[in-house]
Amino acid sequence: MSVITYRQALRDTLRAEMHRDENVLLLGEEIGVFEGSYKITEGLLKEFGERRVRDTPIAEEGFVGAAIGAAMLGLRPVVELMTINFSLIAIDQIINHAAKIYGMFGGQTSVPMVIRTPGGGGQQLGATHSQNIELFYAFIPGLKVLAPSTPAEAASMLRAAIRDDDPVLFLENLGLYNTKGEVPDDESVAEIGRAAVTREGTDITLIGYSRMAMVATQVAEKLAAEDISVEVVDLRSLRPLDRETVVASVRKTGAAVVAEDDWLTYGIGAEIAASIQEGAFDYLDAPVRRVAMAEVPMPYAKPLESAALPSVASITTAVKETLSAVGKRVG
Amino acid sequence: MSEIYMPRLSDTMEEGVISSWVKKVGDKVASGDVLVEIETDKAVMEYEAYEDGYLVKQAVSEGDTVPIGQVIGVIGDSPDADTGDEGGTDAGGDADESDSDAADQEAEKGEEGEDAGSADAEPRAEATAPPAAGDNADRPRTSPLARRLAREYGLDIASIQGSGPKGRVVRADIEAAAKEQRENGDAAAAPAPERAAAPAASGPAGQAYDDGRASEEVKVGNVRKVIARRLTQSKQEVPHFYLRRTIDAEALKAFRAQINEQLADTGVKVSFNDLIVKAAATTLRAHPQVNASWVDDRLLQHGRVNVGVAVAVDAGLVVPVLHDTDTMPLSKVATTTRELAGRARDGKLKPQEMSGGTFSVSNLGMFGVDSFSAVINPPEAAILAVGAMKQQAVVRDGEIVARNTIALELSVDHRAVDGAVGAAFLKELAEVLESPMRIIL
Repeated sequence: MSVITYRQALRDTLRAEMHRDENVLLLGEEIGVFEGSYKITEGLLKEFGERRVRDTPIAEEGFVGAAIGAAMLGLRPVVELMTINFSLIAIDQIINHAAKIYGMFGGQTSVPMVIRTPGGGGQQLGATHSQNIELFYAFIPGLKVLAPSTPAEAASMLRAAIRDDDPVLFLENLGLYNTKGEVPDDESVAEIGRAAVTREGTDITLIGYSRMAMVATQVAEKLAAEDISVEVVDLRSLRPLDRETVVASVRKTGAAVVAEDDWLTYGIGAEIAASIQEGAFDYLDAPVRRVAMAEVPMPYAKPLESAALPSVASITTAVKETLSAVGKRVG
Repeated sequence: MSEIYMPRLSDTMEEGVISSWVKKVGDKVASGDVLVEIETDKAVMEYEAYEDGYLVKQAVSEGDTVPIGQVIGVIGDSPDADTGDEGGTDAGGDADESDSDAADQEAEKGEEGEDAGSADAEPRAEATAPPAAGDNADRPRTSPLARRLAREYGLDIASIQGSGPKGRVVRADIEAAAKEQRENGDAAAAPAPERAAAPAASGPAGQAYDDGRASEEVKVGNVRKVIARRLTQSKQEVPHFYLRRTIDAEALKAFRAQINEQLADTGVKVSFNDLIVKAAATTLRAHPQVNASWVDDRLLQHGRVNVGVAVAVDAGLVVPVLHDTDTMPLSKVATTTRELAGRARDGKLKPQEMSGGTFSVSNLGMFGVDSFSAVINPPEAAILAVGAMKQQAVVRDGEIVARNTIALELSVDHRAVDGAVGAAFLKELAEVLESPMRIIL
């Protein structure tokens, strides 16, 4: 057990997986000589050499396609897309090739590749570099979409992603890279498709993933001081989606708030809210509330950017309003 | 133009039968007029119009069963059914459309004014929800959880004041009401009593040929369905045990004659059953352990003694309840029972007159039945089955003599009452009936 950053957990896991399986290789822009825009691949070129840590041209469609081909022929490529925004250049490769090949060719070949990519705003990177568009991929059968929120999950879920035989979009978050947490040394492999109740509570269920799962935990801790018992569910896997865990929690608490970094309309929160009403209708004491980003392209100005993103304050307000609607005493 | 919906007329009602239409299509209707008689799971009740107009449509025929909320008829401004019908539909559609436009605009406005980063789902949902038109406007706001809990507690959600947004009834309100009910020791809101001893006739299955003697389905009302459901539940869930005792009824017979002589001028006549009901109430006062209910792993001892009297009616068996039987004068027991039984036969009992029982008496003596074992009427803990009075050869002071006797059999819920406790109750009841002056002391 050691306390390390989310960034370190990713780096250690990549390194360990490369040692474990010589078919694991890395591709991406500036991941070698420059050691990665966010330094996830620091030291790996030196350790594993150019054959397994490949700097690519600025051509996402090309190197994602190359990774798909490599995966079809038995390698286990881990692609780094500098941000999820750049996945838009490669979206045809991801959706029309990576996700479809196994099914369209009768299972003759699987595509065991991972696309690691950070999403998230809050870094003043402007509207085109601050998006949370994992929804595009969570929508696609044939893909798996994982979104760890802690260093321990980053490690165990990256292991699972690399060892899985299907293409996995592995969502990281700029706001999580420097967060620290305990990571067990046991090399545990996460079960893909499982959400987790990361904090038990009785008054209300607060659901999030990636950065929002972390913020949800902060909200729960803050409200615990006011004697409000919040149960936090970290979705962890957006596809497959673990509706059972969400529904079981809401059946227990009778109320739910979903927090998401992406936009509200048609968002992942909408899918969760719909799943809750399908699975827990008779247990709901109040409408499911969604807290999401403002419906605008992300502003550059810091105060506006902060205002556009969901925060501990805005989620706390939504939780308290929902609780007051069900007659629970809130401060 | 407004639609009339199948109303919710009792706690446990889920559907109702149109017993009879009092108003015919084309009849003028004034607010307060009885429109229709509806048979619920408990009784036939009159349902009144809430507005003036003409009954332009009977959407449900007499004898048909429909769930709560279904349209059963339409009241229009003119007696002409056709124009009324069309106009109603169109007007309704237009109103909905324009209203939802307005709602959309409102929602948009709300969006602009919102704090960034927090989507206020609740006002939005309420703004875009179809506007409550017509009778829906009166529908109480309730959360799904509150509705489910109300069903489980047997509470009428319509009678509960909501504390949520715009008066929405939420879990906290239901739990408060359930707590209040528990503290009042009031079993009234628990599922109301009905009972029948008769098993449903079921025809031999699998007869492929028709010789005119095949089984036929008999159309049954809600009362029969409730009897079936509740008796099944009782026999499946309540561990019954039975205590039998035959009493010497000579003194009771003389006492009854004496009382009725005293009451001759009033026209009131006290029956043996009245005496037994009153004696049971008196004895229950002294044996509160029997005046109890086992509900959800809890034992409730009731402060009031409300004895239900089984009455056979065409629809089945109903059990009107004499509230506070223990404090009711004997003559009142007689008159009230007569009155309730009369209305039971007409199907006109109100739900509250059939709920809240803490003990029941069922008497088949008039049919010459020696004795029988009755099915407990949950949540009551016991029921007394009374057989016929008949002359028996009994040994008294070493001599065989002919005496009038009545066989009593007490069915007891073993979860709430143990054998010795039940036996002590039955012993004292027998002693009271054999020294009947004690009934009224």
